[in-house]
Amino acid sequence: MKEIKFKIDGKDCVGKSGQTIVEAAKDNGIYIPTLCHFEGLKPAGTCRICTVKVGGRNMAACTTPVAEGMVIENKTSEIEDMRKAIIEMLFVEGNHMCPTCEKSGNCELQALGYIYTMMVPRFPYLFPTRSVDASIPRLYIDRNRCVQCLRCVRGVVTADGKRVFGLVNRGGKAAISADKDLAAALTDEQAQKAMDLCPVGAILKKGVGFKIPIGKRKYDNKPIGSDL
Amino acid sequence: MGRKITIEPVTRVEGHGKVTIQLDPQGNVTDSRLHIVEFRGFERFVQGRPYWEAPVLVQRLCGICPVSHHLAAVKAMDVIVGVGPDKLTPTGEKMRRLMHYGQMFQSHALHFFHLVSPDLLFGVDADPAIRNVIGVAIKHQDLAVQGVMMRKFGQEIIQATAGKKIHGTGAIPGGINKNLSIEERDKFLKGPDPLNIDKMIAWAQAALDLFKDYHKKNKDFIDGFATFPSSHLSLVRKDGAYDAYHGVLRAVDSEGKKILNDVDYQDYLKYVGEEVKSWSYMKFPYLKSIGKKDGWYRVGPLARLNTCDFMPTPLAQKEFEEFKAYTKGKPNNMSMHMHWARLIELLEAGEEIKNLLNDPDLQKSDLVATGTKCHEGVGLIEAPRGTLFHHYRINDDDQIVMANLIVSTTNNNEPMNRAVNWVANNVISGKPEITEGMLNTVEVAIRAYDPCLSCATHAMGRMPLEVSLVDDEGNILDSKRK
Repeated sequence: MKEIKFKIDGKDCVGKSGQTIVEAAKDNGIYIPTLCHFEGLKPAGTCRICTVKVGGRNMAACTTPVAEGMVIENKTSEIEDMRKAIIEMLFVEGNHMCPTCEKSGNCELQALGYIYTMMVPRFPYLFPTRSVDASIPRLYIDRNRCVQCLRCVRGVVTADGKRVFGLVNRGGKAAISADKDLAAALTDEQAQKAMDLCPVGAILKKGVGFKIPIGKRKYDNKPIGSDL
Repeated sequence: MGRKITIEPVTRVEGHGKVTIQLDPQGNVTDSRLHIVEFRGFERFVQGRPYWEAPVLVQRLCGICPVSHHLAAVKAMDVIVGVGPDKLTPTGEKMRRLMHYGQMFQSHALHFFHLVSPDLLFGVDADPAIRNVIGVAIKHQDLAVQGVMMRKFGQEIIQATAGKKIHGTGAIPGGINKNLSIEERDKFLKGPDPLNIDKMIAWAQAALDLFKDYHKKNKDFIDGFATFPSSHLSLVRKDGAYDAYHGVLRAVDSEGKKILNDVDYQDYLKYVGEEVKSWSYMKFPYLKSIGKKDGWYRVGPLARLNTCDFMPTPLAQKEFEEFKAYTKGKPNNMSMHMHWARLIELLEAGEEIKNLLNDPDLQKSDLVATGTKCHEGVGLIEAPRGTLFHHYRINDDDQIVMANLIVSTTNNNEPMNRAVNWVANNVISGKPEITEGMLNTVEVAIRAYDPCLSCATHAMGRMPLEVSLVDDEGNILDSKRK
């Protein structure tokens, strides 16, 4: 595989052809925050938290391939503030009640909120009316918490390649929905995988909650991005 | 011209309430009421949520004893997941017990040292500028330190069992999500002074002695103030022992006759009803067998010591015998003896914590039991302030469709109104001038019940005490704030 030389925030880096900026940065020990990105899934570039500047232009680092001689800005105050604004927008456009959410401590959105020290969002809360779907035998879908990253759409597929989840409606009314029959056929293991894929608490495996004690949850002791 | 006295809010209690006392032109009391004026509505917005979320969600009712709501809800959910109280693993049950007694310890310490001791140390009519917890810290430093440290110890027990000091997640349907490590255990058993269980028990005993000494010197006040006969209700262990975590429901009348004989609380609706009155958001529970008018009862420390046959720990049993001997074995109906009973419970909680810390079951790893799911469950627990009822129904999709909570303070609604009425008639009625000290006695009566008004209906925040004089037509004649 061809070696590619590029720079992130002035640091000389080496990547491989075909890698995205996020992947190549990771190989060079540089963290670029992501939310919709999930290793092994085709990048979607929906959340834009990984936005970097390449040649002065904003690019999604999870979808942009790294190229020879690229000069990438990652941790500038302008970009960091933009990322924080995106996180704030995600919080205000949904109904994220962290205190009672079982994903708390394991939630990537919450973890990003912490590393960007989000205290009070600069935008007004929208408090949208969103529905829950509890009709799937092994899953509880809470759209109040959904950030529409499409990880479930991309990652939860049946053995014959059919997608279990899809996005219905458009614009502000867009929502995640599951095919009733395909979802009903999910095994315990698949249901757990769906819950683990979701970066927030929008997809929960039924019957088990809060099983990991406080102090042992993923982000209780180390912030997101610190384990590169 | 008649007058109405309003005390709003009632201070040094948890939450927000107000008292109105109606006077006729001669200054005689014609009516008095404790109003709970806030509303939150947890019973409604828990609907639609998955059942396993309820123990974490509903505990947000309160920041003082969230553990009670956490455990009452999880006990109901145990029933729903088919793991009745007898089917929990030993580690599951004992970790929850440790959590609960940690909370009992911290809550009772908070109430006695922070909220009540100013009245006892300085007098109910002392200058309010001194008659507060800061005054205690200045004049009685040792006591203030004890209060803070005892609360801290209890809170740290909660943290070790629930993950956080306030609003943890330890108890889950069917069990618990962690055990107690050797390091955590040893911190409480052998921690440096004063934060170890032996010191805590010694201080609990000392607080009890302080109260008993005060009682000796102020017999008329402690025995006579806001005293009235009532029934008493609580959980007791199946063998009649005091048990704050689990048991059967027992009620006795003012003479000690059992009027609810050790019944299974899953059937509580057969025995307990709730009446709504237009002037308060807090309902009025009553025993159905006796009826709305006379079926009211007291809950809390006094009730628990009136219903149980004995205490399961030796030091508390010794104190219990002295307590029972004072009323010759009959139920104790003296409101101010609530403090005595509460301190005996503080001691008992300390002993329970010590026993549990020495129990090797807490280090085992069999944390959760499973069973066959059903659609309905009731969980009761003896919260620091009294019997707490949680009742849930779920649908086939695991969503809560009905929740009914009867909170400890709600159970004490009528008794607190009676206590206010007693003070209005015995302290305020017919007096030409209403002093601040007299108004504080109204609060002293309410405070004895350690009400958590935020739990009972639900308030946040604090306002200064406001007293208004209002004529028959509702015109404010005079108003004072402090």
